[in-house]
Amino acid sequence: MTGPLFDITVAVARIAVFFAFCFGLVVVMTWVERKGAAYIQDRRGPNRADIFGIRAWGLFHPLADALKFLFKEDFIPDNAHRLFYQMAPMFSLAPAILGIAVIPFGPDVTVMGRTVALQIADLNVGILYLFAVSGMTVYGVVLGGWASGSKYPLLGGLRSSAQMLSYEVSMGLSLIGIFMVFESVRMSQIVAGQGGLLFGVVPKWGVLVQPLGFILFLVAQYAEANRTPFDMPESESELVAGYHTEYASFKFSMFMMAEYLHMVVGAAVVATLFFGGWQFPYLGDAGFLFPGGFAVAMPPALVLLLRIGAFVAKVLFFAWLYVWVRWTVPRFRYDQVMRLGWKVMLPLSLLNIFVTGLTLLLLKK
Amino acid sequence: METVLFILFGAIAVCGAIMVVTRKHPMASALYLILTLFAVAALFVLRQAHFLAAIQVIIYAGAVVVLFIFVIMLINVPEDRLPVERATTMRVLGVLAAGFFILESAVLARRFWMPIGPVAEVGTVEAVGRALFTDYLLAFEITSVLLLAAVIGAIALAKRKI
Repeated sequence: MTGPLFDITVAVARIAVFFAFCFGLVVVMTWVERKGAAYIQDRRGPNRADIFGIRAWGLFHPLADALKFLFKEDFIPDNAHRLFYQMAPMFSLAPAILGIAVIPFGPDVTVMGRTVALQIADLNVGILYLFAVSGMTVYGVVLGGWASGSKYPLLGGLRSSAQMLSYEVSMGLSLIGIFMVFESVRMSQIVAGQGGLLFGVVPKWGVLVQPLGFILFLVAQYAEANRTPFDMPESESELVAGYHTEYASFKFSMFMMAEYLHMVVGAAVVATLFFGGWQFPYLGDAGFLFPGGFAVAMPPALVLLLRIGAFVAKVLFFAWLYVWVRWTVPRFRYDQVMRLGWKVMLPLSLLNIFVTGLTLLLLKK
Repeated sequence: METVLFILFGAIAVCGAIMVVTRKHPMASALYLILTLFAVAALFVLRQAHFLAAIQVIIYAGAVVVLFIFVIMLINVPEDRLPVERATTMRVLGVLAAGFFILESAVLARRFWMPIGPVAEVGTVEAVGRALFTDYLLAFEITSVLLLAAVIGAIALAKRKI
């Protein structure tokens, strides 16, 4: 294939595969969420939907859900502002998927003599792009809450705008430490930086060099994704269903998909920044190399598979962590959420920057 | 290719800006403002100013307009109560004159001051960061003190009893 054609093919293929990965995981996660809830809270999860009598642990439930959403009446309340009401789910869904564009799924591979990065776009601004995209997610929630023309959604929308703005601050600041340690905001360089060893023994993963930064980022991300314990915008017991109370049919399912996409993309971001991305512990380009000098040679194809597999496994784990936390921790009160954001997370993230800077300065001397 | 993209995003930015001032509903204006900000960010990218583009979207589209929308939601004027602004002859003429003025200054600026073509490696995160913390450190620090003063001032105004 010639140059431009090859480039276009690669670009389209990457986008198709990575988007398919995300949306596929979204479908699986809706099932995992309910199964996880059932296991954690000792009740029965989805177990009824079947095809020709095959139940497969309720795996067909996402399919049944999708069909149900498609065939429900697409209802618009009288009080709603029609145009904005219809735009809100799109505003919610689009930014949720965009974040995946800067996540590296694996190391560079050579295809037909050309180097291809397993990443849609290795932007110079890297994580700043992620912040820009996640800053957009608030519009779907706010617009949906306001355009529904009803009290509970409006309250949910107001809460979410305040909450997301507050937690974006500590989310940004909690990552400064990572930038300082790995000396880059470019995703590929941060992952490459995590390939080394710390003290020659353990992998130099972000979570080991930035433990406080990791906790702060994880908490801020849960708040950004509006997941329990931070699901203020929808909190059923207070606001019925918050910003999407008035939504039904496929519009509602778009809000749902956006939430699960947040989980999947968020899990990918955590895995990339703090858990080495596609780095497999002690796995070099030529095979395993353990600290004692013990080495196992391996063919490049196997190394590549192991690395992509490591990334996918990490993403799956952190997606599961979202479910785990949701069904374990009760919801905060709204004032508690705000206090945690401004009076605990923000000072701690500033402290993290200060300590990281000091440590790096002392180590350099 | 770059020219096509420039014309495309430039047109989106200008049209969006016109829509911001002509829409009746403030929420529509706010959404068009987001569109304009995005188009301007795209123009920044075309000039290789990646950092500026990202910051533009984060700060303006991601935070400032959210506050606008916050206010629009809180005030929540019913649609039939929205004030109507008339387009008088003087206003139309004023807009036209302003348009000509902007166009002419753009032509002049292009002829005399603007460097032709992108300057390499000036808009990346590394380059901006280095410039900010070496050559422009004093200005940077003064700005941060100014922002701190603004924050404290806002709290002092909003909260009588702290």
